[in-house]
Amino acid sequence: MATKRTIEVALSTTGLDAEGRPQRRPLVVDGQGQVTTLEAPPSFEPELEGEHMLLNLGPQHPATHGVLRLVLELDGETVVRCIPHIGYLHCGFEKIGEYRQYNQIIPWTDREDYLNSPGNNIAFALGAERLFGVDVTERCTVLRVIGLELSRIMSHLVWVGTTCIDIGAFTPFLWSFQERENIYNLFEGWVGARLTTSISRVGGMAADIPDGWMDGLRGFLKTFPKTIAEVDKMVTRNGIWVGRTIGLGIMSPQEAINYGLSGPMVRASGVAFDIRKDFPYLDYETYDFDVPVGTHGDVYDRFLVRMEELRQSVRILIQAAARLPDGPVNVDDPRLILPPKSKATSEMESMIHHFKLVMEGPRPPVGEVYVPVESPKGEKGYYFVSDGTSKPVRWRIRPPSFVNLSAIPKMVEGHLLSDVIAINASIDIVMGEIDR
Amino acid sequence: MSETFAVIHAGHAAPGSSAPATQRKVAHRGGARNPSAERIAERFAHYFVRAEVIWGDTNVYLKPEGVLEVVRYLHDDAAEQYDYLVDVTAVEYRDLELPVEMVWHLRSIPYRRFVRLKSPLPKGQPLRVPSVWPVYMSADWLERECYDMFGIVFEGHPDLRRILMWEQYKEGYPLRKDFPLRGRFSRAEQLRQALTQNPEAKYSMEELSIADAFEDLPRDMRQRLAGGERTGE
Repeated sequence: MATKRTIEVALSTTGLDAEGRPQRRPLVVDGQGQVTTLEAPPSFEPELEGEHMLLNLGPQHPATHGVLRLVLELDGETVVRCIPHIGYLHCGFEKIGEYRQYNQIIPWTDREDYLNSPGNNIAFALGAERLFGVDVTERCTVLRVIGLELSRIMSHLVWVGTTCIDIGAFTPFLWSFQERENIYNLFEGWVGARLTTSISRVGGMAADIPDGWMDGLRGFLKTFPKTIAEVDKMVTRNGIWVGRTIGLGIMSPQEAINYGLSGPMVRASGVAFDIRKDFPYLDYETYDFDVPVGTHGDVYDRFLVRMEELRQSVRILIQAAARLPDGPVNVDDPRLILPPKSKATSEMESMIHHFKLVMEGPRPPVGEVYVPVESPKGEKGYYFVSDGTSKPVRWRIRPPSFVNLSAIPKMVEGHLLSDVIAINASIDIVMGEIDR
Repeated sequence: MSETFAVIHAGHAAPGSSAPATQRKVAHRGGARNPSAERIAERFAHYFVRAEVIWGDTNVYLKPEGVLEVVRYLHDDAAEQYDYLVDVTAVEYRDLELPVEMVWHLRSIPYRRFVRLKSPLPKGQPLRVPSVWPVYMSADWLERECYDMFGIVFEGHPDLRRILMWEQYKEGYPLRKDFPLRGRFSRAEQLRQALTQNPEAKYSMEELSIADAFEDLPRDMRQRLAGGERTGE
């Protein structure tokens, strides 16, 4: 307790402050032998000007979206250099794939980009079907478009939600995850699984949609645009959001192409390239939809592009729901598709057929194939090399997040530390896919 | 406000070409060949081996030493404009006599074309191939991954280190066919190695390639380094 008396004493006593505690000032003896303090206290901090500091961001940091580690060399708060480290989730999917039959690999594709499992399953099946030389049925084509676009919405919703959290907005996260829950319910109704769907098979789908499923989809398509509008209203013209995202991590169109960016990243930089339009698959050329393109190549444009892609996905889904034809889901090809269970248990030939397909697996001809697909993260493609056996010699995943992330040193250079979080979020990385 | 970029449209170099459509009933062998294959064969006859069409894509086989030259031509020439490197990877066959094959997937966004370059690297000698990093920045991590998984050395790559495995990984190159699925070492040895790893090892000082950044390091770090301390051991 500082009374009036002690304050007076303190002020008259060198080396004590008003609380009676010793001052953090060095005492010096002046020329007359008096003990005093220096007028301006010297700094005990070492001179930091011009010295760089190393900061380790991650691997256990919520804003790195998984186990990404960024070693940042900082000059004050400005990033001078960024060295990313990855590999913490590496589990050797490509190696494991060389020991599995084609249909057995599909559960592994769930686990690489786990926000986009149906998309990976379908991309895998498309590649494998080219390798087997089969084309899927009309109904299967439309069902796959529905699966792909639902999973694009799912992935973009996670992106919007988590990026809002990174930048400091909490509410859009709750809204987007609520809608995502609805899509999970749809997938649960379709194949029984929510996250790891394994929805496709080589030559068809794991299951046809159950009765009444399309009503659920149409209900979702009615309510979902409202959620987009709400998030849009909350975020797009929000001063804090705009201030924290405009002008960050700029990539010019030429740079974006040279750095191998794909998907919303390259489109935000002003490159009108979408595999659905330019190398179409699953009859995407017959759907009426637009490809949003940014012109500034910054974090804000990436946000705008992804928001618009959500709306375009809804457009595609409405068209797909309207045109879904009746008919078989699986191709009529005994090399790939199992006989019906009732026949396998009653007819000798069908049972042998079933046994051979399950135990030995379908055998594609010798060859190699690369089929790219526009995943929510960018260009995802599976490259297969077959030597005629039932297991691929090489199964290569072309990971969009991996290539997009490799440009992060270029993007964060010269920006502030807090902007690193926004730029990293804008890439939309999934470490499961980067490390595989 | 930041600068506004002019939009690049895919397919702008080939106006009037028919709109792309979903490919159906793709033939196993044969079919329309990518016109770039002929031009490579003419210009680089000394590097060109053969070209084939498989499942609709054109494979161009090249001698490994000529890859960078061919890729530079494909990137720069106005009639080719393969501006996008899709993937760099390698294939090792189950028949261990066969050479390891390098694979580059290139795409021309202006012409909407796709080509696959392949180059066999014979066994029994160091696997070396020129890096395409001087042409495509995206080759940086893709080649590092290929080196990490196959042990192929990319000559001219600026920073060829392991990327998915850790730097002290001693078991070899996981995607080689002589590498067993569970790894070379026993589970006990793998566990022992994992526990003796120093997770700080990759943390900082060596990162900065001390030679060029020593003067920029904080004073205490300089003293620790001058005293002989190395974190990477």
